[in-house]
Order: sequence, then C-alpha cells, then structure tokens
Amino acid sequence: MKPTDIKDPEYFHKVVDCQYACPAHTPVPEYIRLIAAGKYTEAFMVNWESNVFPGILGRTCDRPCEPACRRGRLKDTEDEEPVAICRLKRVCADHKGDVKSLMPPIPQKKNGKRVAFIGAGPASLTVMRDLMPLGYDCILYDDQKKGGGMMRSQIPSFRLPDEVLAEEVNYVLDMGVETHFETRVDSMKEILDQNYDAIFVGTGAPRGGDLPKLPGRQEGDANIHIGIDWLASVAFEHTKKIGKKVLVLGGGNTAMDCCRTSRRLGGDDVRIVVRSPAKTMKASPWEIEDAKGEDIPMFENHVPKEFKIENGKLTGMIFELVEAVYDDNGKRTLVPTGEPDVLMECDDVLIAIGQDNAFPWIERDLGLEFGKWDLPVLDKETFQSTLPHVFFGGDSAFGPENIITAVAHGHQAAISIDRFCSGENVTDRLPPTVNLMSQKMGVHEWAYDNDISNDDRFIVPHADKKKALKDIKLEVELGFNEQQALDEAMRCLNCDAQTVFTEDKCIECDACVDICPTNCITFTTTGEEDDLRTRLTAPAENKEQDLYISGGLPNKTNRVMVKDEDVCLHCGLCAERCPTAAWDMQKFLYNVTKTYNEKGPQLTPETLKERRKDEAA
Amino acid sequence: MSYINPQFRHPCSNTNEIGCTRKDYEGVISTLCAGCGHDSITAAVVQACFELSIKPHTVAKISGIGCSSKTPAYFLSQSHGFNSVHGRMPSIATGANLANRDMIYLGISGDGDTASIGIGQFVHIARRNLNMLYMVENNGCYGLTKGQDSATADVGSAAKGGIPNEFAPVDLVSMALDLGASFVARGFSGDKEQLVPLIKAGLSHKGFAFLDIISPCVTFNNTPGSTKSYAHMREHMEMTGKVDFVPEEAEIKVDYKPGEMTDITLHDGAHIRLNKLGDDYDPQNRRGALAAEEKAKEKGEILTGLLFVDPESHDLHDVLGTTTKHPLRNLDEKTLCPGAKALEAINETSR
Ligand SMILES: Cc1cc2nc3c(=O)[nH]c(=O)nc-3n(C[C@H](O)[C@H](O)[C@H](O)COP(=O)(O)OP(=O)(O)OC[C@H]3O[C@@H](n4cnc5c(N)ncnc54)[C@H](O)[C@@H]3O)c2cc1C
Ligand SMILES: Cc1ncc(C[n+]2csc(CCOP(=O)(O)OP(=O)(O)O)c2C)c(N)n1
Ligand code: SF4
Ligand code: SF4
Ligand code: SF4
Ligand SMILES: [Mg+2]
Repeated sequence: MKPTDIKDPEYFHKVVDCQYACPAHTPVPEYIRLIAAGKYTEAFMVNWESNVFPGILGRTCDRPCEPACRRGRLKDTEDEEPVAICRLKRVCADHKGDVKSLMPPIPQKKNGKRVAFIGAGPASLTVMRDLMPLGYDCILYDDQKKGGGMMRSQIPSFRLPDEVLAEEVNYVLDMGVETHFETRVDSMKEILDQNYDAIFVGTGAPRGGDLPKLPGRQEGDANIHIGIDWLASVAFEHTKKIGKKVLVLGGGNTAMDCCRTSRRLGGDDVRIVVRSPAKTMKASPWEIEDAKGEDIPMFENHVPKEFKIENGKLTGMIFELVEAVYDDNGKRTLVPTGEPDVLMECDDVLIAIGQDNAFPWIERDLGLEFGKWDLPVLDKETFQSTLPHVFFGGDSAFGPENIITAVAHGHQAAISIDRFCSGENVTDRLPPTVNLMSQKMGVHEWAYDNDISNDDRFIVPHADKKKALKDIKLEVELGFNEQQALDEAMRCLNCDAQTVFTEDKCIECDACVDICPTNCITFTTTGEEDDLRTRLTAPAENKEQDLYISGGLPNKTNRVMVKDEDVCLHCGLCAERCPTAAWDMQKFLYNVTKTYNEKGPQLTPETLKERRKDEAA
Repeated sequence: MSYINPQFRHPCSNTNEIGCTRKDYEGVISTLCAGCGHDSITAAVVQACFELSIKPHTVAKISGIGCSSKTPAYFLSQSHGFNSVHGRMPSIATGANLANRDMIYLGISGDGDTASIGIGQFVHIARRNLNMLYMVENNGCYGLTKGQDSATADVGSAAKGGIPNEFAPVDLVSMALDLGASFVARGFSGDKEQLVPLIKAGLSHKGFAFLDIISPCVTFNNTPGSTKSYAHMREHMEMTGKVDFVPEEAEIKVDYKPGEMTDITLHDGAHIRLNKLGDDYDPQNRRGALAAEEKAKEKGEILTGLLFVDPESHDLHDVLGTTTKHPLRNLDEKTLCPGAKALEAINETSR
C-alpha cells in the first residue's frame, strides 16, 4: 500500500464519522465540545452555519450521523450506543443566548442580481441564507400561508413546535427576502418571462401516494385521506377531528406522524397496517418506538383488498394475509397464505404509502428537460438544469429525502447561482476549508478533554403521556437539561482530534503500540491492503474504515507504521507515550465552502464581531 | 490531563480459556518515561499471561527497587505483589516460595537491583534453583536515580552524561549459566515476537528461569554512544533460533526436517521449539551456551533467544525434600507458636 496522503482533506474527514455521514457535514464534535463547555450560543452558530436549522433539526433530523457514530462500534461490557448527537443539537438551540447579532450583516447596497425562489422549504431557505449576505435580491413564492415548506405542513407540532420553526425560518426571511405567500406558481413560463437572473425551484415532492383502483375508494372518499394532504390540513387547522377507529396504511415516517396525530384528534383505536413484514418498515426506529409508546399496534403482512362501504359510508377495510418469500437472489414476493381475509372496522383511513414529485406547472417546451420518473435533468453537483439559469434542490431535485439533505443541496445550489450570476464557470468549485491544529498543551495535557465518560446513552425525557395525547401542540420530547447535556456530551470521543504521525521522528520503541487501548497501531512490513489487514495487532475487519500507512521509518527495520482507524478512541495515549512526539493529536476542522467563504473570510463569531467593529468605526 | 486508561477495548478482543480478556491482565497506567523499554516488557507479560490463561490470583509478582521494579504495578493488577527493598527481591521470593509452592513466582528486577546491590542474592537464588521466573529489565543504567552507569554497562558505552564507562561489565547471562540456573534466555523489549514465547516458557519451566531483557532507557541511555539503545540493539542483535512455545494441549502442526528444529518438552508437558536460523545450536548444552555467549561478545553482538534449558532439573523443594502434605502456609497458629514449654524443650536439647 502507498503511504497515506493526509493532505487530502477527505482522509481525516472520513475519520470524523458523524461529520462525514452528515449530508451538510456539520462539524459535530466541535459543537459537542462547545456544549460541554456551556457555550451554547457558539455551538448554535457552528450548527447554523452548516445546517441553518439547529432547533428544527435537533428535534426532527433523520440523523444519519448517529448510526455512523464511532461510539456505536465500541464495546466495554456491552455494545455501546452512539452519542445522542441530534438531541445535543437541540440543546444548543434551547439554551443559547442572542444569536442574531452574530449572523452576517445584509448589505444595504444590493449587487443588482435578482433571484426567484419557488417553494419556501428548507432548500430555498438555505439558498437564500447563503445569497442574501452577498447582496442578492431574493424573491420568494410559496402557496402556503407561512414559510417552512413541509417542515410546517407535514411535521406535526408535537414534534416541532411552531415557535421553534418560526424562529429559524425567520432568521432567513428577516434578512430582507421579498415574500409572496399564498401564491401558487402555475406556470414556469410566467416566471421565466420576468427575467430573473436565476431561478431556484424548491417545491418538494408534494404528491402523496393513493390506492385509486381499490374497490370502494370512490364511494368512501369522504373518510379516506391522503396522509400528507391530511397532515397539511391539520397543520393549517382545517381539520380538527378524526373518527374513533382509524387505519393508517403504510410503514414510513409519514404513517407514524399520521397515526400519532390521529391519536390526538379523537382516534382511540388507531392501527398501522403494512403489506410486508414489520421489520422491513421504512420508518426510523425512534419514530416507531414513539408510536408504539402511544399504544398504536402494528399489523404486518396485510395487503389492502377493498374498502368496505355500507350505505354509501366507509365502515371498514378488508385485507388479504400474505407472507414474504425470498428467492435465491434475495428478491422478495408477498405470497398469500390462504388464510381467510381480515376485516378491520374503521371510521377513517389514512393512506401514507409514499410520495412523488409533480411538476404540472412546468411547461415541457421551455428547454427544461425531464428524465426518469419525471424528475428534472440536473447536474448532480451544481444542481443546474438544462436551462442554465434554473436550479433545483431539496426533494424537487432527486425525489423525497429529508431536511438535512435539502440544506446540503441548498448550500451547493447557492454557490452555483452565485457563480452563474458572476459570470464564472459553475463547475469550478472551491475545495472545503480545512484546518489542522496541534492540541498539545503539556506532557499529558491536551486542549480537548480526553477523559471521556463510560456512561450509557442518556434518554431524553418525555412529557406526560395523558397530557400529550390531549394536546396536539404539546411537544412530546422535553430535551436534555444542562446537566444531562453535559453528561451526554462527555460521551463523545472527539473523533476530530486526529492522530497525526511524523515518520521521521519515530524510533520504533513500540510505546504507542503497547499503550493503545484498542490495539490500533502496528509496525510491520508493508503489503497489499487485504494482506496487511490480517497482519495487524488486532484484526482490521471493518473495510469501510481506512488504514493509515506511513512511509519508510528512519531506522533500518524495513517496517512502516500502520494504524487501523476503525475503533481509535482519540484518547491521545499514543501521543502521550511517544518519547519523540512522532504522534501528535491535532484538531481537524472541516467546513464545506459556502458562498460567503468564496468571497471573503470565514464566517465565525470572531470574524463577525471584527467585521461589526469595523462597520461601527 | 490524562493518566486515565479508557475502559473500551477492541470489539474483537477475545477471551482466553478461562474467560478473561487481555484487559484482565493489565494494571494501572504506567508512570515511566514515554518510550521506556520496560513498558514494552509489561505489555509482553500481559500478553504471555493472557495467552497462557493464567489465573491472575495464582501469580505473585515480587520486585526490588528501580523503574523496572515499579512495573509490577502496571500489569496483573489482580495478582499478589511485593515491592521489596533494593536488591532483596530474591530473599522475599525464596521465603514466599518456601511457604507456598503452589503459586507462580514472577520476579522483576533491574540491572542495578540485580548486578549491583543485589548481586549476592542473585547468586544464591540461581544456585538454589528456586522455582520462579526471574526477569532483569536491563538498561545498563540506574534509571530511577537519573541514569548513572550500572554494572552491566559495556566498556566504552556512554550514556547521556557522555563519559564512556571504563569498568568491565557483569554479564548476568554467563553468571546464571555458570551458577547452575536451569533456564537461561535473553530477549529485547523491542522484539515481542521473541520475548512473549520466552516469558511463556520461563513461566512454565520448573526451576530457576532467568531472563535477561535488554530494555532501552529512553531518557538516560538511548544515546548514539550507548550499547543499550534501540538503534544499537537493532543493529547488533543475534538469535540462537526462533523460539516457539507450544502449550501441552495444542497439537503440533508444523513439521520441521530433523536438524532444523529442537523440540524440548517441559515438565508440565508444554514444548519449547527452537527453529534454527544459522549455526547448529544446542540449547541443552550449558558449556556450549557459555561459549556461544563469549563468541557473540567478542564479535560485539548481543546473543538473544533461548540459551539453555534443563527441563529435568530439581528445584529447591525437591532438593530439600519439603513436604507437600503440610506446606508452611497451611500450618495453624498453634503449630507455628507451640508455646514456652515447647521452646524450653528445644533449648534443652542444645544445652
Ligand atoms: C409527514 C412527513 C414527515 C416528515 N418528517 C421529517 C422529519 O422528521 N425529518 C426530516 O428531516 N424530514 C422529514 N420529512 C421530509 C421533509 O419534510 C422534506 O424532505 C423537506 O421538507 C424537503 O424540503 P424542500 O425544501 O425540498 O421542500 P418542501 O419542504 O417540500 O417545501 C416545498 C414548498 O413549496 C411549496 N410549493 C410546491 N409547489 C409549489 C408551487 N407550484 N408554487 C408555490 N409553492 C409551491 C410547497 O407548498 C412547500 O411549501 C417529512 C416529510 C413528511 C411528508
Ligand atoms: C538500599 C538502597 N540503596 C540505594 C537506593 C537508590 N536507588 C534506587 S533505584 C536504584 C538503581 C536502580 O537501578 P536498576 O535496578 O537498574 O533499575 P532501573 O531504574 O534502571 O530500571 C538505586 C541505586 C535505594 N533505593 N535503596
Ligand atoms: S464519538 Fe463524537 S466525534 Fe466520534 S462519531 Fe460519535 S459523535 Fe462524532
Ligand atoms: S488515540 Fe492513539 S492510543 Fe488512543 S485509541 Fe487512538 S491510536 Fe490508540
Ligand atoms: S511511541 Fe513514538 S517513537 Fe515509539 S514507536 Fe510509537 S511513534 Fe515511534
Ligand atoms: Mg537499570
């Protein structure tokens, strides 16, 4: 194997598992340390810069960072659980001080470029957040009453209170966005005709799946609802009640929100019914847990057959029982078991079986091409469509995802729009900003706290169930208090404190090999990766994690240093025990380049304060 | 600030035959200088005991004074230990072993502790063939008292002070061979592949097992002029052969052609296998071992590996014919202190 090139920003980035997994690459350990230090405002700003919606995401994020978290790969007496990264994010939003003064100032003098936004979801809001500080005029169209997109229309208020949503949406709108709410765009051509310098489409994936051909669908229509439409009508308070017996069809997160909302609007006997085995349900494990906690049973392997209508009214549903059979290629078929069909009585049915994109309002003769599944043809990195000044992002780009993905798209689309409007090549993009800084303060002292906690993951307290089920606005999760937050924060291993090896200094004394609690380090002759992985101090079986290989060592032993990054604790003991400082712990700060980084200094609380002082003077 | 030892271990860390993990054989975190050879020896002891599935509570760790003698704190924290007086580890080990022969005795000493102040004790414990593993963590200096030359420093070798040593060194290996030690070996802290099997063999050997381990002192004696530095050892290390330790139960898999390998069966049924690297070396020939050691020294080489073993030797208990029926430690107070009358009777026999 060739020696590792640690100058490649992606090498150490990958070691920070959570940040690497985060679509927006939020510097997670950086803000967790700030929380542990009680610096909630700063922690909020680190988040805000990367993901724009710390308080919203701290409650609702799909959290791809958590399954990736290194702590989850460890073992003490039992298997470890990941750090509660998402709930820590909420802590900084809950406990922060004034943040508005730390946000970038909006220039009075505009740059003369006008950008139109269709849809006020997280994707559009992110693009606007990145363009407003550069002097762009942003003009926003959305068919709802207020901003937020599906964060407002779909995510129920018991998971995301309106104040939290409004606060973070307004940080962007208050930058001076020209808003046109309750304005549906029915023709792309009309927008094109207004000669905007660029147009961003962030209209999401607004069409909910239906079962149009199922017998009884038409007759029972008054009590059969499309999940996402029904949730929107609850959010805007058009719907305030539902029947006592409710069937929710589908096993995704929308289904979980539908059934939990039903429980709060009068549903006593609310059931989830899925066609396939329960273990293949798409909903996040924690959403399923929460639904179960509200006494919602789940029925698996029930395929909807017919809506039962009596006297023109829906009275129940008939299901066929199936089992999943897998062929040699692992392909699944649902085979009827032959048991009698099941009738479930009900007053209402909510269909929550998926979501699609729909662009009926975009004329197909504008030069804007559509491809597979009627999705726009886009460049995967720049989000540029085949009409060069039209860009897409969020669910409207590649199909339904989640908020953090919409944010990640938004940052990139903003860069594209800025480059496009400045007459620069859209595909020329700057690499991320990285900073590697030694943490050494003394022989056994580091600038980060390496005495991490052995505690198990802390559980976020919940509101009283009885009260919660009576009040749709009452937030169920209460969030960590400061002590719980500190305790949980101390479980983080600081994976951004990188072990940096300088081969010229090594005398091969083996001290680092001997001390390493997780046997990460080996000195051996080099070889091909597959062979090397079997020859290390501990087997390196997780191929998703890299091996860090040094060049030849100065001694005549013909060996190299090989470190398996898989379960390094970032404890720094190797560096503490190294007599020659061949190992050093260095903090690796990786930031995805944003529009304003391209134009000027990095946006940090410090640089902003400086800038304000200059402006005041 | 950390002198912490994290709780987490590699998720693949397996357990040995008695269900212990490697961690169960560790001790507190070392306070020795970073890079000290002694810490590597500690790691080798941990690995050897783990692999042998030794029950930690059956081990007695006994040491003198010195950085080396501090190391029993850093391994086997669930074993018994006695950190004794400078150079007096052998007396304590002898007493303990006579009182309770059932334990595994692991003596840890330094070159100062053994070759200077403790040389007299060393001589006698070797000739008495006390059943123990005696390890000298040999760095050629008094580490703990800031690096003065020790009695094992070679002529001309210069430590951090820069003044070459002028006195002839004590060669503990030759001495042990000469005094009748029944197992003599030398290792290097920087070569665990060799050191771990040597420790395992020494622990399994019945009788006095002496293991001299060159263990560089990074702070005071890892200089370019030193003959006990990492660099010097790497350049001048020679081996009698590649040592393998095969426990009794393990089936012997590899077949070597005759003449390529010597297989020695220890009294507990385990095997030491010495795979020859160069010249014919017979590890059961005491005179031959002494000659090989002399020859290596002449060439400026440091001979490592298994030098000599007599698997059929008689340890101190055998020679004294002590009883297994009433070991000293099982005697009750009444038997041990029979009272004034009994004393009077004994005294009477000498009047
Ligand atoms: C029930 C449900 C629960 C969810 N829960 C979560 C969760 O907990 N966590 C998570 O990360 N994600 C969740 N999601 C997904 C998440 O809401 C979306 O991925 C995200 O909001 C997409 O953002 P966006 O900016 O692409 O567009 P959207 O948020 O979909 O916003 C699009 C906006 O454009 C408007 N619009 C559409 N067409 C037009 C038009 N022609 N003219 C004017 N306005 C228009 C829409 O009304 C809407 O306001 C959930 C989704 C659903 C359905
Ligand atoms: C009776 C007595 N004399 C002198 C000393 C001082 N002293 C402490 S350690 C030591 C030498 C230790 O050298 P060595 O055994 O080689 O151990 P190292 O520190 O090198 O591992 C001396 C002389 C002492 N502690 N007790
Ligand atoms: S332990 Fe901390 S830094 Fe490491 S992956 Fe988990 S949250 Fe991220
Ligand atoms: S920081 Fe060093 S000692 Fe600690 S786990 Fe990682 S490699 Fe091992
Ligand atoms: S502790 Fe330092 S000098 Fe010793 S082997 Fe490790 S990196 Fe090399
Ligand atoms: Mg010494």
